[in-house]
Parts: sequence; C-alpha cells; structure tokens
Amino acid sequence: MHPAFQAVLTIVVGVGGCIGYFYFANLVLDKVLFPARGPQAGRNINRANMIRPWLFLLPALIALGLYLAYPVFATLWLSLHDKTGETFVGGANYAQMMTEAKFWESMRSNALWLVVVPAASTAFGLLAAQLTDRIWWGSIAKSLIFMPMAISFVGASVIWKLIYDVRPAGTDQIGILNAVYLALGGDAPQQWLQIPFWNNFFLMAVLVWIQSGFAMVILSAALRGVPEDTIEAAILDGANPFQIFFKIKVPQIMGTIIVVWTTITIVVLKVFDIVRAMTNGQWESQVLANYMYDKLFTASDWGVGSAAAMVIMALVTPILVWNVYNARKEMR
Amino acid sequence: MAKLNLSGVEKAYGEVKVLKDINLDIKSGELIVFVGPSGCGKSTLLRMIAGLEKITGGDFTIDGVRMNEVPPSERGIAMVFQSYALYPHMTVRENMSFALKLAKKPQAEINAAVEKAARILQLTPYLERLPKALSGGQRQRVAIGRAIVRDPKVYLFDEPLSNLDAALRVATRIEIAQLKEAMPDSTMIYVTHDQVEAMTLASRIVVLAGGGISQVGTPLELYERPENEFVAQFIGSPSMNLMPGEIVETGAQTRIRLENGGEAVAAIPTQASDKGLKVNLGVRPEDLVPTEGTALYTGQVEITEALGEVTLLYFRKEGDRQVVAKLPGIHRDLRHGTVRLTADPSKIHLFSNGRSLLYR
Ligand SMILES: Nc1ncnc2c1ncn2[C@@H]1O[C@H](COP(=O)(O)OP(=O)(O)O)[C@@H](O)[C@H]1O
Ligand SMILES: [Mg+2]
Repeated sequence: MHPAFQAVLTIVVGVGGCIGYFYFANLVLDKVLFPARGPQAGRNINRANMIRPWLFLLPALIALGLYLAYPVFATLWLSLHDKTGETFVGGANYAQMMTEAKFWESMRSNALWLVVVPAASTAFGLLAAQLTDRIWWGSIAKSLIFMPMAISFVGASVIWKLIYDVRPAGTDQIGILNAVYLALGGDAPQQWLQIPFWNNFFLMAVLVWIQSGFAMVILSAALRGVPEDTIEAAILDGANPFQIFFKIKVPQIMGTIIVVWTTITIVVLKVFDIVRAMTNGQWESQVLANYMYDKLFTASDWGVGSAAAMVIMALVTPILVWNVYNARKEMR
Repeated sequence: MAKLNLSGVEKAYGEVKVLKDINLDIKSGELIVFVGPSGCGKSTLLRMIAGLEKITGGDFTIDGVRMNEVPPSERGIAMVFQSYALYPHMTVRENMSFALKLAKKPQAEINAAVEKAARILQLTPYLERLPKALSGGQRQRVAIGRAIVRDPKVYLFDEPLSNLDAALRVATRIEIAQLKEAMPDSTMIYVTHDQVEAMTLASRIVVLAGGGISQVGTPLELYERPENEFVAQFIGSPSMNLMPGEIVETGAQTRIRLENGGEAVAAIPTQASDKGLKVNLGVRPEDLVPTEGTALYTGQVEITEALGEVTLLYFRKEGDRQVVAKLPGIHRDLRHGTVRLTADPSKIHLFSNGRSLLYR
C-alpha cells in the first residue's frame, strides 16, 4: 500500500474510532444501562450524568496510563537491574554512574545549559517582544523570529553546523562564523565545535535561536495585557522609556516571565537532538539525555541508561511542578 | 497656582476632527468641570492638557508658557485616571512615592510627603498594602494621593467617580470638594458626564458638545441662562421641557402662543420685528405650577413618580415630545387626571434655531 494512502487510512480509522466510541458509549449509557424512562427515570438520569465524564475520559486515561505511567515504573525497575534487565542489582547502576567522568561532564554541561539557555532565550524574547510592539513591520519581524520554532532540532542543528563549518586555511570559508572571524583578523579558521567548554555555548546558541521565538510570542501577548493607563501614569510621573519597561511593564508580567523561563528550562533538561547531531557529546560537550542514549542504545546497558533517565526525571519534576503552579496562578 | 489658556486648540485623528477651535481661559485656583455626553471629546481634551495626546492645532499655555511640545512630566500636572491606573505590583506607599523617587528627591522628604497625603486621605493604615487588597474607594483615594504628593500646579481628573457605587460616589464627591477647599491655590480640571457632579463641584462648567464648547459658565449661569437648547436640556434633571410656538406680542415682555394651544409670557425683551418668529419655549419641570387661569400646557398625566419631597408628573406624549412637571409634595391622585400648568415669566426660556434669545 502507498504510504500516503496508509496515513490517510490511519487518520480516518483513528478519528472515526474516537467519534464512534464517544457516540456509541454515550448511546449505551443513555438507552441501555440507565434509560431515562420507567419508574426510575429521574434517578437514572442522575446516575448517567455521574458516569458520563468518566466514560469520556476513559480512552485518555488508558492511553496516559499505558504510555506515561507504565514507562516511568518500568524505567525505575530497569534502573535497579543489570544490563539485560534480568538480575536485581539495587543501586549499583547509580553507583557506577557516579564514578564515570562522562556522567559528571554531562551534569556540568546540563547545569551550564540550564543557566544560560532559559536566561538568554527569555531575555531575547522579551527584547524582541518590546521592540516589535509598536512598529508597522513588527508582525513581520515577529514571524521571522518565530520561524525557527517550526524547524526540528535536528534541522536546526544542520543549519548551525553550516554556520560553524570549517574549510582548510586558504580556501573560501562557507561557515559564516569562520568567514567573519577571518575577516575581522582571525589568523586561522577555528574548529568551533571542538573547543572544549566553549563548544557548549555554540551548541546552546542553537536552542536559544529556537526558543527565543517561543518566549517572544508569549511575552508579547503579556506585554499587550499591561494596562495602557499604568504606562501613561508612569509617563506623567516622569518615567523614561527604560524605567517604564523595567519598573512598570516587566514587574507586571513577571508571572508570565517565570512561566516562560521554567518552560524553557524543562526543554533544556531534555536537550538531546542538538548535541547528538552536532558533536555527539565529544570534546566535553556531553549532556544527560545524550549520555542516556549512549548507554541505552550504543552500549546496550539498560541498567545505567535507565538510571540516567531517572536522574533526568528527578531534575525535571520539581521545575515542572513549579511551572504548572505559576501557570495556574497566571490564569487566575 | 497656574493659569491655563487654550486658544484655537483642535484635535484630529487623521482626517477626523474630534475637537475644533477650543478657546478657554482657566484662572488660577479654579475648579473647572468639562461635562458633556459620552464621546464628545472630554477625555481627549484633558489628555491633550496632560500631554498624553498630541495637540494637532492651536496653542496651549500654562502661566503664559507654551506647552504644546513640553513632555507631560514637565508640565507640572498630575492626573487621576478613571480606572485609577495604580501600579499593581507596588504597595500604596510605593505607588505614591514613585514620581518623587524618579525625581531623585531625598528619602526623608518622600516619606514626609507620602505620610502627609495618606493622613489627609485616611490611607495611613493601608500604606504597605498592594492595590488588589483595597476597596474601590480606597484605590480611588490612592490615585488621588499619588497626585497630591507631587504637589502639582494643575490637577486633572478623568471621571474619577464613575467606577464607584452610588453611595461612595456621593461621599467621594464631597471629599474632592473638601480637598479643593484645602488647596485653594491649585487649579483643577475635572471631567465627568454626570451633570450633578458638574453642578456640585465646579466653580465654572465647560459644556462640550459636537467637538466644540457649547457654553462656559458658573453652574447657576448654566442653569438659569443656558445659551442654547443643548445646554438647557443637558443641565438639570429631568431635563427642560421644550415646546414649539411663535411670538405673538413683543416688548419688554414677550407673549408666545404654543402649538399645543397654550399661551405664556416670558420676561425676555423682544423687538417688533420678532413678531411671528418661530421659537421653542423652554421651561424646567420644577418651574411648572398648576393654574386655573391661562395655561401654557394642558395634558393628561400618564405616570406619577412620588419621590417624597416632590412628585414627577409624566404627561401623555404628543409626537415625540414628553412633558414632565415636578411639583412639591406628594400628588399620586393626579394620575390619569388632566392638569393645567403655567410658569413665572422669569422662568421661561426662548430659543430660536436652538440659540437662546437672551444671547442675541
Ligand atoms: N485614537 C483615536 N482614533 C480615532 N478616534 C478617536 C481616538 N480616540 C478617541 N477618538 C474619538 O474621539 C472622540 C472623543 O473621545 P473621548 O475624548 O474619549 O470622549 P469622552 O471622554 O467625552 O467620552 C470619540 O468620538 C472617539 O471615538
Ligand atoms: Mg472619557
């Protein structure tokens, strides 16, 4: 069968199945289980209405349980067993991880990413949101800045690999960074991605480039929501544009800034594709998610790989909770 | 202490002129009220004075200095917004001290100014609270306090009471009047669409309509000698009755025969050439009195509203005009009855083509 045809068929069966489930389940509930007639009509209607939400939630609950809750417990179980998942080893996988230099390198890089990327993305996003607010070509600029959001991380990595590209000295540099570097008087083209420590920042640039657009869109909406008259009151109070921005606008959207910040933090903790595609963790640029992948699929060590996954989850969970808490507060 | 002058001021949004040829002299220490129906440009005019809207034509001066291009914060004005416009993330104290902090005033001076304003406005217990923990009336007072601490030459108020409930509105109106009394030197401009606020607060009222000034005068001048039908009907509640008719006798007093068959005498001098002039006779509901003699209006009462000290009589409509009378005391028994009404000649207004004959 042609793959396109297959895809269409999948969509039809999937969507049709959903509609069919809701329609027929509802029908059975109302007509067969608790029919709204006979001596018990009133009680039956009440009961049907009590069950209905659960009936509609059921598919989602099953899917979430199967694809989310089960893997978490399975991973926890695997992390306490050996390479092949056969014998129980207790905390040995975690202990082994602690002795590996590559693990600590990943922790250090992740910490760096954690500080730099959310801060830089939010700052650039805020700057872009403010600068594009009142100009006629603002929405064009915004679309351009938002565009990278539509590119996959791997696609973005390919683009940025070209930016960091190196050609032998003396030939034309097709990587713009080297071209600029040489034009500004650099002596020899640099292997940007192979400079330990600094290469982390070259990788981060990719994620900042992607996430700034996200931050900008959310913050731009938040800035629009700042009451115009508080700004006018500040103008009358003698505030200059910088004071209006930092003392009136930013504090009023602080809740949104925190939500954007923590959302990007979660993306950062899971960062994988960029590192995989650009350095694969060499030259001291390893991150946790790629470390996990290496253990799991390259070294086929299900024990240590799962242990790394648990570490990532343990780091993400508190931030996620805080994020949801702040997002809820924002909505009230 | 500040005199304001507007001459030939206008405001255009692109092609659309919302205000044109505004000429106004505001003396030092006056409380001027801009009043007019919604959308007539009151806020726009106030915001041009504040510097929040560009003045697109004419000159605006404060104490003789042209202000058209002066930034808002250097005009010596403070404004109280309809929505209060408090900074939600700052406490009451921070809200009130923001302007002084920006002006780099010494902390001791800032504290003194804030605490003094808080005392005047009874806000002292709330100084460390955020605006969201205050009631509407308290927020309003913080907004006023924020203006007071800056000690401006001119205070601007844009419908400051319209977000308050009726009882609080009356109380705050009185507070503003007292505030003005305590600061006899400061000039205040107050915008409202509520003619009661205008009548009670103003030293002079500016009635705005149709993009221009309809009349400027003290509350009593506007009430007793309205320049045109618009002002006549806008000031006073219920509004002035207008009845078409024509002049039949001229002289020191003028006799009018009305289309409804009634007759009236107005204490307004006219010349012989005015005889036959089509006019609208205006008479306020409270000036109508029952009579056995010549009536200027005879009608059947459709509804009575007894308010206690007065009763409002709504007469059956003829065409689109409704006549209303306001009689002292309670007169429920007049419902469905026929009443003959007249008025003292000094209480009768005459308008020709919408303009009062008093101002010819
Ligand atoms: N930015 C604007 N562009 C075009 N017209 C405007 C703008 N702001 C106000 N107006 C118009 O100016 C008129 C006066 O508005 P405003 O001063 O707010 O009235 P008021 O305060 O008396 O109710 C209104 O008819 C309004 O539609
Ligand atoms: Mg207004």
